[in-house]
Amino acid sequence: MMSSPTMHREEIALESPWTPKQHYLNMSYGVRSWLLTKDHKRIALLYLLSITLFFFVGGFFAVLIRLELMTPQGDMVQSETYNKLFTLHGVMMIFFFLIPSIPAVLGNFLVPMMIGARDLAFPRLNLASWYIFVIGALFALGSAIFGGLDTGWTFYTPYSSIYSNTNVVSAALGVFITGFSSILTGLNFIVTIHKMRAPGLTWFRLPLFIWAHYATSLIMVLGTPVIAITMVLVILERFFGVGIFDPAVGGDPLLFQHLFWFYSHPAVYIMILPGMGVISEIVACFARKRIFGYRFVAMASLAIAVIGFLVWGHHMFLTSQSVYASMIFSLLSFLVAIPSAIKVFNWTATLYKGSVSYQTPMLYAFGFIGLFTIGGLTGLFLATLAVDIHVHDTYFIVAHFHYIMVGGMVMAYLGGIHFWWPKMFGRLYPEGWARFAALVIFVGFNLTFFPQFVLGYLGMPRRYHVYPEEFQVLNVMSSAGASILGVGYLIPMVYLIWSLKYGHVAGPNPWRAAGLEWETPSPPITHNFESTPVVQRGAYPYSPEEVQVV
Amino acid sequence: MSEAHPALAHHFEDAEQQHEAASLGMWAFLITEIMFFGGLFAGYAVYRMKSPEGFAEASHHLDIALGGVNTAVLIASSLTMALTVRAAQMGSRRFLMLFLILTIALGSVFLGVKVVEYTHKFEESLIPGRHFNFEGMYSRTAEMFFFFYFAMTGMHALHMIIGVGLMLALLVMAHRGRFSPEYYSPVELSGLYWHFVYIVWIFLFPLLYLIGRH
Repeated sequence: MMSSPTMHREEIALESPWTPKQHYLNMSYGVRSWLLTKDHKRIALLYLLSITLFFFVGGFFAVLIRLELMTPQGDMVQSETYNKLFTLHGVMMIFFFLIPSIPAVLGNFLVPMMIGARDLAFPRLNLASWYIFVIGALFALGSAIFGGLDTGWTFYTPYSSIYSNTNVVSAALGVFITGFSSILTGLNFIVTIHKMRAPGLTWFRLPLFIWAHYATSLIMVLGTPVIAITMVLVILERFFGVGIFDPAVGGDPLLFQHLFWFYSHPAVYIMILPGMGVISEIVACFARKRIFGYRFVAMASLAIAVIGFLVWGHHMFLTSQSVYASMIFSLLSFLVAIPSAIKVFNWTATLYKGSVSYQTPMLYAFGFIGLFTIGGLTGLFLATLAVDIHVHDTYFIVAHFHYIMVGGMVMAYLGGIHFWWPKMFGRLYPEGWARFAALVIFVGFNLTFFPQFVLGYLGMPRRYHVYPEEFQVLNVMSSAGASILGVGYLIPMVYLIWSLKYGHVAGPNPWRAAGLEWETPSPPITHNFESTPVVQRGAYPYSPEEVQVV
Repeated sequence: MSEAHPALAHHFEDAEQQHEAASLGMWAFLITEIMFFGGLFAGYAVYRMKSPEGFAEASHHLDIALGGVNTAVLIASSLTMALTVRAAQMGSRRFLMLFLILTIALGSVFLGVKVVEYTHKFEESLIPGRHFNFEGMYSRTAEMFFFFYFAMTGMHALHMIIGVGLMLALLVMAHRGRFSPEYYSPVELSGLYWHFVYIVWIFLFPLLYLIGRH
């Protein structure tokens, strides 16, 4: 089948688009066939539906926050309610959207296809992970509906463990339970990537998407159990009233912060590494070039995963943490910027002399590279001890992590969804609308969050619903941007659903992209490949003179 | 492929790949378990460093005889578990079931002793919380100690209960003749899990019962 892959690929590109008679979407019908499916592609779609729901739940809280901040007075909600709004926004977006977003949807769908496997190593575990996710999410939703949660997404003790009168236990349980869904996904990816690669697909022939997911999975497997036990301790402390984290009875609140950030800082990389994987695929395809410095980009993913475990203390510069520890954490935080920068430079170098085209996924990739760079560079401000004292707990940090999480991860997620949408459903989305939406999102995003850098630098603290009047102009700009951003997110919802029925038939490979996932029909058949593919060369064989490489 | 083993899932090429995948999966899972218990051990270490005298004082209220018996019981169960795996490799259903039953019995003895110990602690008002009562100057630290005692041994006992459940499932499968020298992954993987849980106890016993008693 693969004796002459180039020929094969060109043949497909020249053929008129077609859809196979039997594919994973129409193999069987009915609710049961979806809720009991073990097909990684169907499970990916289950995740797609659930996390889209949570994206809009989290977005709903963001809307209320931005509405409140239109005016300096606390006139729309009371401060207690405001606490609940930003807490639930954070909990929903982080644990129930960002962490599962790319791995559980695109990773689930693509990891087996990209390595030429018929499924993930443990299909039943994969389905179980979705159910675990849903159960955890119900606990979190329950705590949101029945009284809310006001601890901040960080659950800082002793407020969360002793004093808060909101539903800490059910929210913590939700985080605890969902954690296992992420552990199982990571475990599944690790084993699949190790053991199920197609013949000839050596480690350095893997797409960078796979490397990124491998690194992400390491973090999921090593980090998530720590947040799980931390949540258990918070719950036990609430039940027994023993102050393991309560200084009033001899406990140590800082221990909580250490344990919490030991997971939650690496979790930031769970939220960005898969996005970097998506960007590598998109940039290579739409620049028609092999990714510059492939091995460096691959190793950078692992470096980020490893160093990411050693920087958690930079969240605690303003605690009683030893100043020497803080210096080390500061230094290590600078170090983690190096592999991130390697990626950005290498994507840029890939564009050089490439045949760049500006389809929607590429627009999102450009958005990602620029916004991630801003987010990353402002991260260096925060890793600097003296500067951090000035901007700690201000809107500067809010802007910083939204540039990474929204400007980075959400852009990559949307770019990936557009890139692989034809593969997932066999239909093309309307290109014009999609470009328009990408532009709206980019403008809306920057208008929302750039003013927050300025606000933070001027000293506006985060997590307050009242603020001095001189901050109003910038806050109104931010709220206006948020409304544009909201519209930007709704447009793809409409045209993507529309395209399921009315979009042009995509054919197996509408982008003429390289990669095993494009060598099956769209939508793929249940077993992904008619026969196991044999791989004879490295990833991204786009330009002819580089085909011989590897 | 025509005479593929019935236990071979459709997405694997052959039984060897399936076994390797399952085994790597179990090791990865055990690593998550290490991180999970690691959080507890880190907390324990922090408070032990803060007040070693209080922890030593409180540890006198643990029954070293019962703890010692339990350690011996678990070591024995680790042996029977290893023999279980060996019996599965040899394809001996009789010995497989015998050693499984022994492992289950030893695991149950451990849990039974734990219940006795917990009952004693309850009677002595050593359960952390409102009714905690500890004579002497180290009352606060002792409460912390017992919090860790219950959290760590409780989490361990929970893993033991799951382990015994796994063994029961294996027993049913063995009875139905599911295992053969070609296919015994579930036995081997449950064995890995059992040994892991046993090793956790090997750390818990000295940390909670033995250190600083003299």
